[in-house]
Amino acid sequence: MAARTDRPAESRVSKTVVFETRNLTKTYRMGEVEIHALRGVDIDLYAGELVVMLGASGSGKSTLLNIMGGLDTATGGRVRYRDQDLTRASDTALTEFRRDHVGFVFQFYNLIASLTARENVAIVTDISRDPMTPEEALGLVGLEDRMDHFPSQLSGGEQQRVAIARAIAKQPAVLLCDEPTGALDSKTGIRVLEALEHINRELQTTVAIITHNEVIGEMADRVVRLHDGRVADIHVNARRCAPAELHW
Amino acid sequence: MRALDRKLFRDLSALKGQAAAIAAVIASGVMTLIIAVSTMDALSLTQQRFYQEHHFADVFADLKRAPDSLTERLREIPGVNQVETRVQAAVRLEVPGFADPVRALLLSIPDGRQPLLNQLHLREGRLPDSSRSDEVAISDAFAEAHGLRAGDALRVIINGRMTTLRVSGVVLSPEFIYQIAPTDLLPDYERYGILWMNRRALAHAYGMDGAFNNVVVSLQAGASVAAVIDHLDRRLARYGGVGAYGREDQSSHRFLHEELRQLRAQAAILPTIFLLVSAFLLNVVMGRIIRSQREQVAVLKAFGYRNRDIAAHYGMLTGLIVLAGCVLGVALGVWAGTHLAAMYTEYFRFPELRFRLQAWVLVLAVAVAAGAAMLGTLRSVWRSVSLPPAEAMRPEPPARFRRSALERIVPNRWLDQGTRIILRNLGRHPVKAGLSVLGIAMSVGLLVMGAYQLHAVDYMLDTQYRLVLRMDVDLTFTDPTPARVVSELRHQPGVLGVETYRSAPVRLLAGHREYRTAILGLEERPRLRQLLDVRNQPQRLPPDGLLLTEYLARDLGLEVGDSVQVEVLEGHRRVVRLPLVGVVEEPLGVSAYMRRDALNRMLREGPVVSGAWLLVDRSLEPALFDRLRDLPGVAGIGMIADAERNIREYMGDTILMFALVFVLLAGSIAFAVVYNNARIALAERARELATLQVLGYSRAEVSAILVGEIMALTVVALPVGWAIGTGFAWALNQAFSMDMFRIPLVLTPGAYGFATAAVLGASAVAAVLVVRRLHRLDKISVLKAVE
Repeated sequence: MAARTDRPAESRVSKTVVFETRNLTKTYRMGEVEIHALRGVDIDLYAGELVVMLGASGSGKSTLLNIMGGLDTATGGRVRYRDQDLTRASDTALTEFRRDHVGFVFQFYNLIASLTARENVAIVTDISRDPMTPEEALGLVGLEDRMDHFPSQLSGGEQQRVAIARAIAKQPAVLLCDEPTGALDSKTGIRVLEALEHINRELQTTVAIITHNEVIGEMADRVVRLHDGRVADIHVNARRCAPAELHW
Repeated sequence: MRALDRKLFRDLSALKGQAAAIAAVIASGVMTLIIAVSTMDALSLTQQRFYQEHHFADVFADLKRAPDSLTERLREIPGVNQVETRVQAAVRLEVPGFADPVRALLLSIPDGRQPLLNQLHLREGRLPDSSRSDEVAISDAFAEAHGLRAGDALRVIINGRMTTLRVSGVVLSPEFIYQIAPTDLLPDYERYGILWMNRRALAHAYGMDGAFNNVVVSLQAGASVAAVIDHLDRRLARYGGVGAYGREDQSSHRFLHEELRQLRAQAAILPTIFLLVSAFLLNVVMGRIIRSQREQVAVLKAFGYRNRDIAAHYGMLTGLIVLAGCVLGVALGVWAGTHLAAMYTEYFRFPELRFRLQAWVLVLAVAVAAGAAMLGTLRSVWRSVSLPPAEAMRPEPPARFRRSALERIVPNRWLDQGTRIILRNLGRHPVKAGLSVLGIAMSVGLLVMGAYQLHAVDYMLDTQYRLVLRMDVDLTFTDPTPARVVSELRHQPGVLGVETYRSAPVRLLAGHREYRTAILGLEERPRLRQLLDVRNQPQRLPPDGLLLTEYLARDLGLEVGDSVQVEVLEGHRRVVRLPLVGVVEEPLGVSAYMRRDALNRMLREGPVVSGAWLLVDRSLEPALFDRLRDLPGVAGIGMIADAERNIREYMGDTILMFALVFVLLAGSIAFAVVYNNARIALAERARELATLQVLGYSRAEVSAILVGEIMALTVVALPVGWAIGTGFAWALNQAFSMDMFRIPLVLTPGAYGFATAAVLGASAVAAVLVVRRLHRLDKISVLKAVE
């Protein structure tokens, strides 16, 4: 299958498979409507790569990310993280998996409004095995000066960078980002992408970014296109663009 | 501090209004529980200890006169442990500086020693010296009422002779914890006292040397009270015994027992109501908080927080509210309990009655409150953690709306969009709307009950003192006196009217039930002591047959037409059967009635009377009392106005005090329920309401939607609350039905009106607060935020 052969070009990306999905399906009910979000997805993600998943609204990309991150369970098929089968994992096992290995960044930041930037990061470092300090994490996203601000006192871009700091503070193996720039203007969006690229490069964290913005694909090792709950195409970039080179 | 704990405190501070309202309701529950349980506990424990340490007797008997030699034969009765014979006499006395007539019971103690039974607890001074015949120990309530100390003098009319006695000491007795004159309902410490005197001196004054006219007995463990009473009655019959009785018929014990029974009912009912309401409020509020933090929970779970971490987080939030409620409730409970204990010592004379908060009461109160709170919170917490994080992060599915039932009935053009939104919102969550209605209805019900109590007590006392007891003065004679005494009384200064009565102690038996009381023999149409029928109209006495207080008839399981066995406890001690010819409605006391001439015939005596009721000119009262005091046959002079004042004070101290606290608490519940509902409605609809404002709706129009919902719930809740309140009042009426008084079930429109106004008021305040919040809302940020 195509998914298995289209490996990232650059040598700095290892050949170790981090995520592996086979014939993954998911249906759920939304109000009175049944939604077929995934209709059989086969995909591998490799350690240290930066993958951009493109797709229109309703293509199933968020659902895929949620299942890989252990936020949701599949209706059918199989999903593995390294040698751990996530398909039938219990709620407790999924919690431990998320706690130890995954960082999330969401489109609407999902910061806790009653906590400052530093405390929003601390909420994760409090429960991690080998975290960096909240200050270090906020430093990595360039927010050293805004640590004691509440979310309501920060701009959208700053809030998203707090969310990134929160996601990377526990030094996860994988960073899963759902439309991280979706709510931001392009200039702020690029700053956020720079932060993500920086993490990927410096900490060798596998980063998966979901977006419907084609341009962002240019900064990836690989671009996966999803359409109607299936993988439509996988493209390997010969060269990764720096986020600063992107325009939209 | 962990970041999650910081969140806890910030959430709590954002919720302070709602949290405070819930904490106040929890505090009310804890407070009432602590007061009721601690008071009950303190009273019954103190009672037991006092009884035990001072050897309170088990059986009591009055008689005419028996020789001391009988004592040995009484001691031989199977089951009897100790026997104490006494001489007793009803006397009148004068206290320097006090004008009203004073009655007292003069009781003998062995010369200079403590008796075997009903021993005295010395508060001050000493017992009468064995060599002195002019010393008395006096009851502490009486001493306190008149400021009497050891060494003070009293003038007592002993057997018709004015004698000066000296107070040797002030005492308490387990026999007179509730110190009350034989025919009274309430203690009157100024006008009734107990005096203890050396046996030899007292017996000598009444010609009772070597004899006794009262005996008290204690029983061996396991002995039958009824069997001993039977034996005593048989052995005392030829000495003029008027029937022995056990503790349950001893007036002090009986009142204490009734009080404990009432407290037990209160301990069960009130805290349950308050704690159920707080459980309900917590359920609603916690449900709302957790729903509004749906994404936060999802994020926490996404980052690896375990279900139990999150459950603990919200559990702590509830826990802190409960803790605040408990701390406040315990503080209020201890404060009120201490005051209540002080009040009880006014009515129940114990050596000491201290309020103490026992560990188990505290544990019980906190456990019950925490249990109620957890009941309210668990479901919401469980729902939040059981949701997979991905699902929790998706916006809630569009709510399923449909046309409400009302819309189908009411023509479309009558409803504007605002009304439609209100109706559909309520229709969408019928259970939640139902619970809100129930919560508000509960508080309406509590208010109806509070208002009912406040009004019913007044109504009861007005009935008793305006319709039943219409005399000013109640005279009792030492012995049955020829009825012609009427003309002599009529000529006393200031007397406007006279009516006489005959009173005879009896035991009524119906099946296996019995009751000791007195039959009051009256004129055919008594005007100064009316017998009311169901419609509160005075009724005539038929020439023959017996009438009973309705409560007593019911207690004995009798209906009009049934026959009652009557054992007369004096004179010839006749046993006769009489038909029950009617019942009498009266809120205070219980009694039996018949025509005086019929009673005289039954007692096989001529036209004699036991006392008289006078209607007097108040301005001539001092002159009248001077004359009455000098009449030899007068044993007691009771003033109805004093009795009324006493009972009003007592009711004010106890029942009305409770009712007032109750109304305040119910008001706070009403506010807490309505305010929480309104806040939740605002939180849930902020986006919708902001959208409407952006679309061009005015502030007033948007406010109307929010307020409309609050008011719709309130209006639906009102009739439900009236029904609940009627039920509560009925339950209270049942719980407060006893020998001493029965609060009638009179629910006036005023009670419902009061409750309605209070809840509408609370709703209005809540609406104003919420509308102000709505106007402060930042519309843009609300619209931008994800649902």
